[in-house]
Amino acid sequence: MTAETARRLTARDYKSALKPVWCPGCGDFSILSAITMAMAEIARPPEEVAVISGIGCSSRVPAYTNCYGFHGVHGRALPLATGLKLSRPDLLVIAAGGDGDGYSIGGNHFLHACRRNVDLTYIVMDNQVYGMTKGQPSPTTPPEWDSAMVPGGTGLRPFHPLVIALAAGANFVARAFSGDPSGTAQILVDAIRHPGFSLIEILSPCVTFRPEEREWAKQVHPAAVEETGDRAQAARRVLTDDGFNTGILYCGDRAPYQPAFAASGMEPAGGGAAGNADFDMEFRP
Amino acid sequence: MTQAETQKRASVPDATTALASPTIAFAMLGSGGSGVMTAAEILLRAAARAGYFGLMTKSFGPQIRGGEAAAFVTLSTQPVETQADQVDLLFAIDWKNAGRFAGELQLSTDTLVISGEAGAELPDIATAPRPRLEEINLKALTRSHKGTRPNMVALGAVAGAIGLPRDAIADLVQERLSKKGEAAMAQGLTAVDLGFDEAANFALAQLAPAPEDTPRWIISGNQAAGYGAIRGGVRFAAAYPITPATEILEWLAPRLQKIGGLLVQAEDELASINMIIGGSFGGAAVLTATSGPGLALMSESIGLAVAAEIPLLVIDVMRGGPSTGIPTKSEQSDLNIAVYGLHGDAPHVVTAPNSISDCLFTAQWSTHLAESMQVPAIMLSDQSFGQALGIVEKPAELAFATRRAVAEAPGQDYQRYALTATGVSPMALPGTPGGQYTADGLEHSETGTPSSGVADHNRQLEKRLRKVVDFEYGDHWAQIEGDGTAAIVTWGSATGPVRQAMRRVDPEGRRLRLISLRLISPAQPARLARALAGCSQILVVEQSQMAQFFGYLKAQFELPPMADLYARPGPQPFRAAEIAAKLEEWLS
Ligand SMILES: Cc1ncc(C[n+]2csc(CCOP(=O)(O)OP(=O)(O)O)c2C)c(N)n1
Ligand code: SF4
Repeated sequence: MTAETARRLTARDYKSALKPVWCPGCGDFSILSAITMAMAEIARPPEEVAVISGIGCSSRVPAYTNCYGFHGVHGRALPLATGLKLSRPDLLVIAAGGDGDGYSIGGNHFLHACRRNVDLTYIVMDNQVYGMTKGQPSPTTPPEWDSAMVPGGTGLRPFHPLVIALAAGANFVARAFSGDPSGTAQILVDAIRHPGFSLIEILSPCVTFRPEEREWAKQVHPAAVEETGDRAQAARRVLTDDGFNTGILYCGDRAPYQPAFAASGMEPAGGGAAGNADFDMEFRP
Repeated sequence: MTQAETQKRASVPDATTALASPTIAFAMLGSGGSGVMTAAEILLRAAARAGYFGLMTKSFGPQIRGGEAAAFVTLSTQPVETQADQVDLLFAIDWKNAGRFAGELQLSTDTLVISGEAGAELPDIATAPRPRLEEINLKALTRSHKGTRPNMVALGAVAGAIGLPRDAIADLVQERLSKKGEAAMAQGLTAVDLGFDEAANFALAQLAPAPEDTPRWIISGNQAAGYGAIRGGVRFAAAYPITPATEILEWLAPRLQKIGGLLVQAEDELASINMIIGGSFGGAAVLTATSGPGLALMSESIGLAVAAEIPLLVIDVMRGGPSTGIPTKSEQSDLNIAVYGLHGDAPHVVTAPNSISDCLFTAQWSTHLAESMQVPAIMLSDQSFGQALGIVEKPAELAFATRRAVAEAPGQDYQRYALTATGVSPMALPGTPGGQYTADGLEHSETGTPSSGVADHNRQLEKRLRKVVDFEYGDHWAQIEGDGTAAIVTWGSATGPVRQAMRRVDPEGRRLRLISLRLISPAQPARLARALAGCSQILVVEQSQMAQFFGYLKAQFELPPMADLYARPGPQPFRAAEIAAKLEEWLS
């Protein structure tokens, strides 16, 4: 950090001037606050942080921060963030998006990001609905939820992202609630500091298409038990809880995947590098 | 003929000169584990050391491992761009399932067929064209000489029959077997000599003396593409395996590692393209390589890279399609998806190499174009380049001056998508203070802020189109040869067979003109019009059932109504004889 940026950074320094497009009361506002609060505590200058997302209401978040951002295509935030982190290990890389983005269209990447365990923090703003496309069921929507596209409900058991993350190899698993921004910020700080792939599933009410989710404020409660490094124990807990306990559920010790990358990302190539004598030799008969 | 060539020729005994042929083609057949590929590759390498040009293509049965295999090799004193019309020599170590190669093996009454299996019943493909039939009892020979292997005897016999120098063969056999110890090396040489002795019994035209020594390379199109990308500056790659592109990835992975770069195996093509978008956003020059099905999966995200102005190289090594199609055979049928496959108005670059060694140049050039214009470039190579081994002249070392425009010290008023004269706007790389912006697939204003306004959409569309249309592509846009009034317009792997056919039909180079497009998109109508000036006849040649290239030319250029077409699908590769026959008919 340079002397100039060594001044104390506050949450404001991580907020952009853009006004979010979210509906008034949307849970995502508080998550944005929690992210900027966590950033201030981590205190990496904003230019050393990159926030990567897919598509959805929640995926709008990068432009609302003052960091480098990438608002990509639907479902592909994790591979984009992976490519950035592997080629720029010096950056702090955060991926963020919705439950549809991460668990439906991006489901395969979710599995492999957990398994690959690159040092990324993945924030899923789970509102159990597709907000941006105006109210269709997502993989975490309850089976009986009625909608125009799936009248009478899906009848399908919701996807359990936390257990799947544990099974697939995520190194840090937590649940948070948007209604508690400072609690969420604290979990985020721990997630960012923990090496490897961290999943923070944040319950975030969609007040427009799931107004009943306002009730979540009364249902959430801090995790009754201590965090664990035992995957089986963590899995048993999240499978038997009511889906509303918040806190860090699992903290593993897998080494992050970060193969050496010495070609400096700050030195853009493409200028016509000369041949390599060793490679030339290979082609001599 | 150069002086050195004259001298060399003079030193060869008359008897051989009388039988000398500038080009000789042979094929070797055998079932799994018979070692035909090793033998053929040693022969190719020996020919390269002796100064010949050549081409080796491989064909396999459907078994994943251990099925029948055929190696086709053409050697010549001249550059070889396609397999010869027919083989002069066929050596079968055995005949198991040989019938499968029926469409690929062209024999005639002039062909010498050597069966390595004593008393074997020969399949129709070997007998129907009534070639000369000979036999070498490989089993008996290898039994009576301890430790010798049938493929090494076959290798010696082929070398002897076509006149490759024994010393070059001996050196290579020793190099290959050196790890196995002295005894193995001696046995290898014994086997080769047995083959040479047997070959002395058969009369066959021998290769004419090699031209003046110039440095030769043995390289596949896939290796050349990988190396070209490295020369262009690529250091980060992500990809998902697919035939026939995998060799690019397997060649690159350890070499990128050696020079501080990285190749990641992604979970699918959706991931690979997005990983490289992430890498490029971070500042690295990046690539992925795939084939048609993978390109289809990537197309949404290539559109993202167009909108967000992210440079990247996608190499599509084309194979027969649609769907899984014919993964091991070539076709030029991904042109439409490469040019038109993106959603929205998405200007990008599409290039195509026109030979194995041009895969190196075009990959390097495409990286340069992508980086200079901050745009995705799709390079259309194909299986016939990718998986063939060529003996080529050592490619020249070229450097391009332009680099990615980077905002080194962005000020207060920095705008990522600023409207500039060239349409290219300096990119702030993450880590640079003051340059923070959000790259976006949403339409945006100059700052990068999402905007669905008319003015922003029009301005950003115009900027993204202008930067690729106005770019100075120079002479590399096409390969133009000859100045006759009958022009053949073609691209990619059709170029080699066309060029060889032209030499036959018009040896003086007075009637024909070759125009092979290296830059497919954006179209260069003014340049093509200039290249076609004075032509009274135009023939378009391509390997696609639906004539995708012809359709593209008609859409993008004012092709005169007399323009003719010769188009057909794969999997049979074009041969010079086929194109020459077409040219004769067309010219008459
Ligand atoms: C390839 C593709 N398919 C469909 C869409 C349409 N789409 C945009 S956002 C979205 C769902 C968003 O839901 P979620 O990820 O849960 O985010 P939320 O809006 O609820 O925050 C869909 C289906 C798209 N943009 N791209
Ligand atoms: S639709 Fe729902 S998720 Fe989207 S902004 Fe509105 S409240 Fe938030």
